[in-house]
Amino acid sequence: MIEIHNLTKNFGAKPVLRGVSLTVQSGEFVALMGPNGAGKTTLLRIVASLTRPSFGRVRVDSFDLPAQADSVRRVLGVVSHHTLLYGDLTAEENLRFYGQLYGVENLSKRIEDVLDQVGLSKRRHDLVRSFSRGMAQRLSIGRAVLHSPDVMLFDEPHTGLDQEASVMLDELLKSVAAQGRSVLMISHDLPRSLQLADRVMILSHGKIAYDAPTKNLSLADFAQTYSELTQ
Amino acid sequence: MNSLNNYLKAVLAIARKDLAAEIRSRELVSAMLVFSLLVVLIFNFALELDKSARENVAAGVLWVTFTFAGTLGLNRTFAAEKDRGSLDGLLLAPVDRTAIYFGKLISTLVFMLLVEAVVLPVFSVLYGISLFNFLLFGVILLGTFGYGGVGTLLACMAAQTRTRDVMLPILLFPVTVPVMLGAVRASTGILANAEWGDIAMWINILVVYDVIFVAVAVMVFDYLIEE
Repeated sequence: MIEIHNLTKNFGAKPVLRGVSLTVQSGEFVALMGPNGAGKTTLLRIVASLTRPSFGRVRVDSFDLPAQADSVRRVLGVVSHHTLLYGDLTAEENLRFYGQLYGVENLSKRIEDVLDQVGLSKRRHDLVRSFSRGMAQRLSIGRAVLHSPDVMLFDEPHTGLDQEASVMLDELLKSVAAQGRSVLMISHDLPRSLQLADRVMILSHGKIAYDAPTKNLSLADFAQTYSELTQ
Repeated sequence: MNSLNNYLKAVLAIARKDLAAEIRSRELVSAMLVFSLLVVLIFNFALELDKSARENVAAGVLWVTFTFAGTLGLNRTFAAEKDRGSLDGLLLAPVDRTAIYFGKLISTLVFMLLVEAVVLPVFSVLYGISLFNFLLFGVILLGTFGYGGVGTLLACMAAQTRTRDVMLPILLFPVTVPVMLGAVRASTGILANAEWGDIAMWINILVVYDVIFVAVAVMVFDYLIEE
């Protein structure tokens, strides 16, 4: 579960987030959308404990940030447009490295399971630099779920993927979310967000300007609302 | 005890990852090695000196070679992680962030010591000076540790700037003056078969410098690596 209350973030004198409040319940998939510069990535980096908030309260699975950042990182899986993988290591070596950082038990078995889940078992001994963008992104999801986190953060995970790879990634994201995890995804892709998420939010000018369940929300209405709120 | 175990595992995992990646790519050590050998050769041709004069400048040339080559390696320590965006992967790990510092320090030391192990015999042949001396090896270890320790800390700081390639040497060279002074003086004393009393003070400076700067790194690393 993610709870954010009155979050403010300033870079110098420039406010980026101006009192953001939102909640992502356990097992809920929330898509956060907004124009470039709206503060989406900053918000995600604060929840991931990579950036400190200026003011406000952020709790992840009942751990406070930044005070309990180590505990938050243990329950968090992050997938961004950077894969956070090492090209000079094989798929298995990458997962082993991250597994050791997270202190994952029965690591060899867990790596096998994860490689199966992301469909890369046959490429386990190949260097990641030889992977296509889509394969690297699938392995990146494997890296993020390796330690079985309760909360997943996706920062524009479809960036740079072709149509086929995007569809494959969608299936993987759904299966990851279906395991009862709280998911917060940042995206610019309106149709895809409506299809994947339980709830959509629009962040505009550093504030949550829109928050609605996707059930019964049509793409046309949402696109209209998005256009009006982000002008 | 369990958290200490996890911490040590994380330190070793980071060091092992860097070493494995370097074994595959051979980008860093080969560049450091070629650069070191070129520096040794250039000094050899530039300083056409007699034997006693060579003995006087040998330690200085040796440490200039080590530090310049070390800077090449240090420049890539965090910059490579930052460039490929994998630094966030390290920062997201649920361990004390000094584990990143010590993991990086170990891999940097291994790279520097590997290069030094190749440069020493070449240097010995070109300058006609026997460098096979265990006390000298000890000084090289202490000096390399001090240089690598401060360098890893400052490389982390420089990696956050846009001019990091220029920034690291500018930050590093002034701060490492004590370690260079201690290393060069102790090495010169050892090569000249000086009394232990003359050498001990410089070795003490090296030890104290190493301890102080690793302690400082542990205290400030978390703040330096955060945005």
